[in-house]
Amino acid sequence: MHFGQRERPRGLPLLFGAMEKMSRVTTALGSSAISGRTMFCHLDAPANAISVCRDATQVVVAGRNIFKIYGLEEEQFVEKLNLRVGRKPSLNFSCADVMWHQMEENLLATAATNGAVVTWNLGKPSRNKQDQLFTEHKRTVNKVCFHPTEVYMLLSGSQDGYMKCFDLRKKESVSTFSGQSESVRDVQFSMKDYFTFAASFENGNVQLWDIRRPDRYERMFTAHTGPVFCCDWHPDDRGWLATGGRDKMVKVWDMTTNRAKEIYCVQTIASVARVKWRPERKWHLATCSMMVDHNIYVWDVRRPFIPFATFEEHKDVTTGIVWRHQHDPYFLLSGSKDSTLYQHMFKDASRPVDRANPEGLCFGLFGDLAFAAKESLISGDTNRKPYPGGDRRYPIFFFKKPDLTEQFAHVSSALSVFESSLESRCMDWFVKTARLYLLGGKPFAELCDHNAKVAKELNRPQVSTTWTMLRLMFSDPANLSTPGPNNISKLGNLPLMNSFSMKEMGTESRLDRSKGEIRQDSIHLEPGNSLINSNNDENEETEGSEGQAEYMFGDAELDDDDLYSIELENQAAEEQEYTLPQEAFPLRHEIMDNPSVPEHLQQDKADSPHASGNEAEVMCLTPTESFSLIAISQPLFSTHLPAHFFCPVVREMLSHYAEQGDVQMAVSVLIVLGDRIRKEIDDLTQEHWYMSYIDLLQRFELWNVSNEVIKLSTCSAITCLNQTSTTLHVNCSNCKRPMSNRGWICDRCHQCASVCAVCHHVVKGLFVWCQGCSHGGHLEHVMNWLKSSSHCPAGCGHLCEYT
Amino acid sequence: MNVSAESFTSNPFHICNICQKVIRKKEKGVRVPRPFSSGPSAFIPEEEIVEASQVDPHTEQILAEAYSPSGHVDHLTRVMGLHPHYLESFLRSQFYLLRMDGPLPLHCRHYIAIMAAARHQCSFLVSLHVREFYRMGMCLDWLKGLQYAPQRLRNLNEINKILAHRPWLITKEHIQNLVKTGEHSWSLAELVHAVVLLAHFHALASFVFGSGINPQVDTQNANGFQSVYISNYCTCDLASDHHLDRDLSSTSPGTTDSVSELEALMDRMKRLQEEREEDEASQEEMATRFEKEKKESLLVGSGDMKDEVMPTSKVSRFVEDATFGYQNFARHGEDNPPTFRAQDYSWKDHGFSLVNRLYSDIGLLLDDKFRTACDLTYYNMASHEDVDTTMLRRALFNYVHCMYGIRYDDYDYGEVNQLLERSLKVYIKTVTCYPERTTRRMYDSYWRQFRHSEKVHVNLLLMEARMQAELLYALRAITRYMT
Repeated sequence: MHFGQRERPRGLPLLFGAMEKMSRVTTALGSSAISGRTMFCHLDAPANAISVCRDATQVVVAGRNIFKIYGLEEEQFVEKLNLRVGRKPSLNFSCADVMWHQMEENLLATAATNGAVVTWNLGKPSRNKQDQLFTEHKRTVNKVCFHPTEVYMLLSGSQDGYMKCFDLRKKESVSTFSGQSESVRDVQFSMKDYFTFAASFENGNVQLWDIRRPDRYERMFTAHTGPVFCCDWHPDDRGWLATGGRDKMVKVWDMTTNRAKEIYCVQTIASVARVKWRPERKWHLATCSMMVDHNIYVWDVRRPFIPFATFEEHKDVTTGIVWRHQHDPYFLLSGSKDSTLYQHMFKDASRPVDRANPEGLCFGLFGDLAFAAKESLISGDTNRKPYPGGDRRYPIFFFKKPDLTEQFAHVSSALSVFESSLESRCMDWFVKTARLYLLGGKPFAELCDHNAKVAKELNRPQVSTTWTMLRLMFSDPANLSTPGPNNISKLGNLPLMNSFSMKEMGTESRLDRSKGEIRQDSIHLEPGNSLINSNNDENEETEGSEGQAEYMFGDAELDDDDLYSIELENQAAEEQEYTLPQEAFPLRHEIMDNPSVPEHLQQDKADSPHASGNEAEVMCLTPTESFSLIAISQPLFSTHLPAHFFCPVVREMLSHYAEQGDVQMAVSVLIVLGDRIRKEIDDLTQEHWYMSYIDLLQRFELWNVSNEVIKLSTCSAITCLNQTSTTLHVNCSNCKRPMSNRGWICDRCHQCASVCAVCHHVVKGLFVWCQGCSHGGHLEHVMNWLKSSSHCPAGCGHLCEYT
Repeated sequence: MNVSAESFTSNPFHICNICQKVIRKKEKGVRVPRPFSSGPSAFIPEEEIVEASQVDPHTEQILAEAYSPSGHVDHLTRVMGLHPHYLESFLRSQFYLLRMDGPLPLHCRHYIAIMAAARHQCSFLVSLHVREFYRMGMCLDWLKGLQYAPQRLRNLNEINKILAHRPWLITKEHIQNLVKTGEHSWSLAELVHAVVLLAHFHALASFVFGSGINPQVDTQNANGFQSVYISNYCTCDLASDHHLDRDLSSTSPGTTDSVSELEALMDRMKRLQEEREEDEASQEEMATRFEKEKKESLLVGSGDMKDEVMPTSKVSRFVEDATFGYQNFARHGEDNPPTFRAQDYSWKDHGFSLVNRLYSDIGLLLDDKFRTACDLTYYNMASHEDVDTTMLRRALFNYVHCMYGIRYDDYDYGEVNQLLERSLKVYIKTVTCYPERTTRRMYDSYWRQFRHSEKVHVNLLLMEARMQAELLYALRAITRYMT
């Protein structure tokens, strides 16, 4: 973003000099020059409030156990006076608020937690400076406020809901204002209107009063939800009132119109305890919070999303902030619960804007991409075009007119919206995959095959291959033991590359399909067996004879091959040692299955250049009882590699998929593999995957799938998702009152609510009833009944229909 | 399932210690005040409640259906239904705590409720939530006892017992222990949820005992697993019969005519109201009044505590360190914990912000509940109408806080002394600090002229005051941990 000249011109000595000059000019108004640095001093106790005297040379700190005046010197705070005197100070010294009179420099007022309003005269010769004591409020006084120009007028606001105006020349309050509501949190005289003051209340209201009319308020409006902790009139602009509330907002109200109008709103991160306009800066205000957040923020109200400046010195919540001088914007004083008093220099403030990332990026619901950045970054973009109405294909730009009067707010960024191409944003594959995948209910190998097929059809060969691999790795080794020796005997002592696994299906019905795959596998072997031409021919023949056309070797798989050939560099290297096959089949397809060969097998391959895998294949094609689905040398590892050998690899693979964003794959594999892999992955990760996948499914409104996933998951945290809000409330059919404990008997009328019309027993499970005559009963009974009769089993004569 | 075999075989019907005591008393010929065994409360005649709900029969029902888990109006709801306005905000916040989005899983919430209620041996709440827990159908073996629950929940026991009995002892170290990273650590949000649950159910136990809520007789629960856990409690009314020995020995306050008692109270309130203006008690005076009230609270009803035998009820399996009980906040000749200044950490300013930040929206609901409880008034006292009861309500509320060491700078604790008679103080102390000892006699002995609904109102105030006190201590500890 683009700022004009900042007020803090780091490394610009010329400007810096200018600023100093300016500060001297402004402070000259206050009749004494202000200078200083960021500094602090320790107090003995937490502060509740602070206030400065008019000439900005002294500050008073008040709290439950502290009431002191400090002098502000160039380099440090100097304790001037301790007002908390007496051996056992009374609760009158326990201050909720303090204010130094802006006209009379010897006059202070405090609000005590016990409900007393106390004034202090520093001119008194005695040690105890207490001047007047008003105990008219029944509850804690939250705020006291001197009239800005009238010397003897003091206003207080209390927890009891009353505001009182005191004339300091009299012993009692001169007028009482009843807010007619809950506690008063803040009262502030208007800086410009002599007679007006504002009061903020715990119930969220702000009231405006005329000091001459104690009978009722001039106007009232609701400013916040929850208590309004503070308010502050703009020092220059007569109509502006800033309020801060527990709802974490600071609002600026324009009071000049008939109805108070909210003109600015700043959202902070914690409830707002104090708000103070910054002198000489029309748009700036400082806030601090009552809980959790210890920082002081200075906001530019026109830019409510990021603080203009932040003071981060305090270690506990800041309880009081005040600008040191009413015409100097560079010095801020603050007191805190951490028992420190700080003077902050504006030039030492941290500027969150500098650290903020000036670029924003966001995806839209339909895959559109919005990008906002500093204007200068984008200006070189030749594609810039005005926003053409409804077409979102083109970047759009918003510009903010530079406001020459202010330095900070020169922000202009450009917002571009890019529409993503249809294909890339399309999530059809996700939906289809989710629908078509089988996650349970069939033997493991079938599930893998099925899912592999699904993935393949959706043009996702890598996923498809993964499924196939998984099937190979984790297929039950018990079934493989029989063909193992058999093959070996035929092949002599050569290690097997491609004997055939005998899977659980020995039925003829599988024959065709298996053969199809055999063909595929035989091709796969070629790189390893290039020396035997005849075998290839044979394969070709076999294939031809089978007439399988379902496997296409189109270009679609090209990418995938590349992928894997890169991944398995070893193998590729080895392949080069052999002359490549001469036949017409494209090579890429066979590689598809390569990854399922564990890498250490490459060694074997190298050892046996004349690997007679094809022989085995031939053997397989002869009508024996062993059919292979995929002719990869399973016996090789099934004999000495238990399935859990692959677990680390699979775990890595799942993490890989999950990290790639394909949590679908991760979860599906997790479910299909079940116990085989579950223990390898820690529960939290699993839970995380499940949650993400379920969330995705639900966004695509795939409720059934998501439910299936929940059901099949083994994490207790996931399965319990199905247990929530599963209560179904029913009313009794007799007395129409809700049935509380059981679905079939009513507590009140002690009648069984649902009796089967056929067997006259209580139905405790599924109850089916005719919508015509409202008789019904056990689902099964009614079904059977209506098979033989078309009339209602209850004998009401209705012709029920069961569809 | 850990119901021991012998307990089944020897005696199918359990009689707890307390009842055995009562039975022995009966045998000795001592007159035992007979509780109302039917109806929702042992203290309040059923007709009274029925009558009240007749006026507005639907609200209660509708509310319960909307918010209570079973759609069933239980005894607690019926008694609280005497104040439908309050009931609504109560049920709403309870529903939110137990059912709606929150950091803790549903079954844990009920388990925490069980843990909290068990601290006060409140079998009513325990069995209610055991049933709810059972309904969840998860981790059922936790119901065998606290030692079967995961370590994480058991770690909560430490603050559970402190909050239940001596909340002023909670420190940021307790919070730190729970939150510090480790296998069984709690997140702050979860912890806040748990703390609110604990405070809620501790306070609710006070209400249950204070109003003598009768256990829910569940006739249909005769079969299955559930009954193993639930139905074999002794069906005695825990609330009304035990500790009658102490009760009998306490002096009967009913010596003065009760009508004049009421008049006197009204008089005092009026006088205080008028005195206000010229009341010029010095600050020292005010401070001593608080101290006096605090000190006096420990004389009130602090009977023979030591011989307390933990009843071997089914509830005790959810209790660890059962000997940890209430001790007076202010004790003679010891270093007392510092007084909690209400102005320095108030619910509205601080508690709310913290709670709402970590567990969104609960702050609003609790705020609403506290306000409703504090502002609830019908402008009448016993037979007198159009009375401003603010003072009395405030005295009750602040007296509870005073016993917990929370002081309001702007409150004159002399008022407590004027407005709350001794028998009432005994009752308040018992209900808030060790509610399991409440007896019908205590309930009956104060404010004889007042209606039952007004006494329930008192209980509501006590409950809310106690909950707020616990929350304030707990949340202050969390705040201190965070800063």
